[in-house]
Amino acid sequence: MVDKQPTDGVEPAAAAGMQGAVCPVPLQHEDQVVLGHGSGGKLTQKLIARYFYPPFENPYLLQGDDSAVMDWPQGGRLAFSTDSHIVSPLFFPGGDIGRLAVAGTVNDLLMVGAQPLWLTAGFLLEEGLPLSVVERVAASMRAAADESGIQIVAGDTKVIQRGKADGLFVNTSGVGIVPEGREINGRRAQVGDAVLLSGTLGDHGIAVLAARGELDFEAQVVSDVAPLTKLVEAMHAVGADLHVLRDPTRGGLATTLNEIAHQSNFGIEIDEITLPVNPAVEAACEMLGFDPLYVANEGKLVAIAPEAQAEALLNAMRSTELGKAACRIGRVTSKPAGRVLMRTGIGARRVVDVLSGELLPRIC
Amino acid sequence: MKYVTEYRDADKVGRVLDDIRATVTKPWVLMEICGGQTHAIVRHGIDQLLPSEIELVHGPGCPVCVTPLELIDKALAIASMPNVIFTSYGDMLRVPGSGQDLFSVRAQGADVRTVYSPLDAVKIAQQNPDKQVVFFAIGFETTAPANAMSVVQAKALGLTNYSILVSHVRVPPAMHAILGSPQNRVQGFLAAGHVCAVMGYWEYPPIAERYRVPIVVTGFEPLDIVLGIRDTVRLLEAGDVKVGNAYARAVTFEGNRPGQAVIDKVFASCDRKWRGVGMIPQSGWCLRPEFADFDAENRFQVAHIQPEESPLCIAGQILQGLKRPVDCPAFGTECTPEHPLGATMVSSEGACAAYYQYGRFADAVPEHAAGDPAAS
Repeated sequence: MVDKQPTDGVEPAAAAGMQGAVCPVPLQHEDQVVLGHGSGGKLTQKLIARYFYPPFENPYLLQGDDSAVMDWPQGGRLAFSTDSHIVSPLFFPGGDIGRLAVAGTVNDLLMVGAQPLWLTAGFLLEEGLPLSVVERVAASMRAAADESGIQIVAGDTKVIQRGKADGLFVNTSGVGIVPEGREINGRRAQVGDAVLLSGTLGDHGIAVLAARGELDFEAQVVSDVAPLTKLVEAMHAVGADLHVLRDPTRGGLATTLNEIAHQSNFGIEIDEITLPVNPAVEAACEMLGFDPLYVANEGKLVAIAPEAQAEALLNAMRSTELGKAACRIGRVTSKPAGRVLMRTGIGARRVVDVLSGELLPRIC
Repeated sequence: MKYVTEYRDADKVGRVLDDIRATVTKPWVLMEICGGQTHAIVRHGIDQLLPSEIELVHGPGCPVCVTPLELIDKALAIASMPNVIFTSYGDMLRVPGSGQDLFSVRAQGADVRTVYSPLDAVKIAQQNPDKQVVFFAIGFETTAPANAMSVVQAKALGLTNYSILVSHVRVPPAMHAILGSPQNRVQGFLAAGHVCAVMGYWEYPPIAERYRVPIVVTGFEPLDIVLGIRDTVRLLEAGDVKVGNAYARAVTFEGNRPGQAVIDKVFASCDRKWRGVGMIPQSGWCLRPEFADFDAENRFQVAHIQPEESPLCIAGQILQGLKRPVDCPAFGTECTPEHPLGATMVSSEGACAAYYQYGRFADAVPEHAAGDPAAS
């Protein structure tokens, strides 16, 4: 048996060494891409850390936030983000791929405190796609852009041979300006900070899954996909010192909180009974064996701020349509560093880990 | 969700825990049979709240974990064949065979689909008459009625392109194997509520009598589980070896008779290998001869696939309740859910996966953290 690798077990030599010694069948998934690499969980993180960080390495990339924030040579700071969107079906209760594509990038900019300004849109269209679909998606993107106060200023179009794509893929990239004095990122979480959540968990993931129709279940669930501009503006208006903002998309709240715990090197403790979940989402999760903590959201945010400002922030959040179910879900603790703990409904405690492989058939 | 919330009520659970503390006078080892119960125990932290006299050991009731290597290799071989749509419960996709898993063969172009019911697989067969549709029929008694029904339905529809790869296992023979082992430590059983919802618990009194252990049918929510533990501890403390039912809202003594009838129509008992444990006589179900046409092992001629299981990982001892996941040197380091080295880490119902997912590392939450207030 080779020496134990203390890190994360990705080293093939370590696993190969275990093969005869402890357990029979290691499986690496290191030779090809599997769907789990797109889940937003650990496999995604490893893919990025191993294949993208080394060749691209620079300080902005390694910030690891939803957008990169760069000093602009003429002064001020620029936020820049990109996001590709694939979702089946293209239209689902509460939204469509166009709204998702605009909201995704706008929200990533908002989560570093930026004021979003301009987006680009790249379209990959499958041969045979009805142009009426293109028209609907574009109209939906325009509506979402108006809602966010941004413009789509450049674009690109490519067509893929029939059968080689799933209808329509959209990439959006966006820039925004981070106002003077605003510093919002995962490293700023402080011990004692309050952890706030803007609303219910899992609506988007379950809505898309139900709309797909493969799993014989019907749920009256509407996706929460929305640009969070008005909610975030209301929070800034309070004048609070927001330490962290993050939208819990792929991988769900559990993955997002783990990212923050990891970046800040503090612990986060949440209280299970405070977590808001729509009854229909909860029922679907119970039936399908999913945990709402890991199901995607597209119109929610987590905020971390000093305890003294938590009430004012909650009031501001609740005054907006998107934040009316906002609540306090936990706090930042000194230990265990880098981990998320949850006080369970019956009063015990457990670790909440990152999503490990593929939770759902890929949803966005 | 009132129905679930009611059974996760902290006050109600607390009152039952008080009862258990008042009843217990000496150490007892209890085994929960079912992987779903193991997960609920670790997910909600039930074991942290129990008095230290009570040790819970985790049973073999994870159907994914115990599916033998050769059947997984057969599944991979069939799924890789041209013109095949291979359907399975989601969990099975992650279980490694000798070299690959179903995720890998899917990434290489095989048509592998997750279904929530074998009846969906029958529908897929109807919609794709030019393809062979195979369902991976794994599970304990719980999934057997639906799996059997899919065969009955396919036969009635005259489908010649539907078959099942059968790896059914049964609980009572496994209980015999555990209790009959010279290494056995189990003094009382929490029987698996979902299995009993189908089978009832008429099979258990002879087991309780023969091995002198109380058995209590137990559900899956926190309140169900503490009630099952309380009833078992009461029986143990009284020296009583009865069979009890702490899950009466779902389970009757006779069980689901129509469900049992369809199982009996389609399946017959047979010997079955359990991964990590070995052969347990008459512990499985196989298709009866009159349904042999629906047996994927015959249809695709994969009988020759008989891989050798590597030297046993401690998964076998974990599945028999002899060891705990944290006793394994590879746990959480070399062996993680992304890189599972054994079946108990692979399945979402596996004990190792439960320990991992809910953070039972040496440096995380202490196991008996009862009364430890939130770090505030």
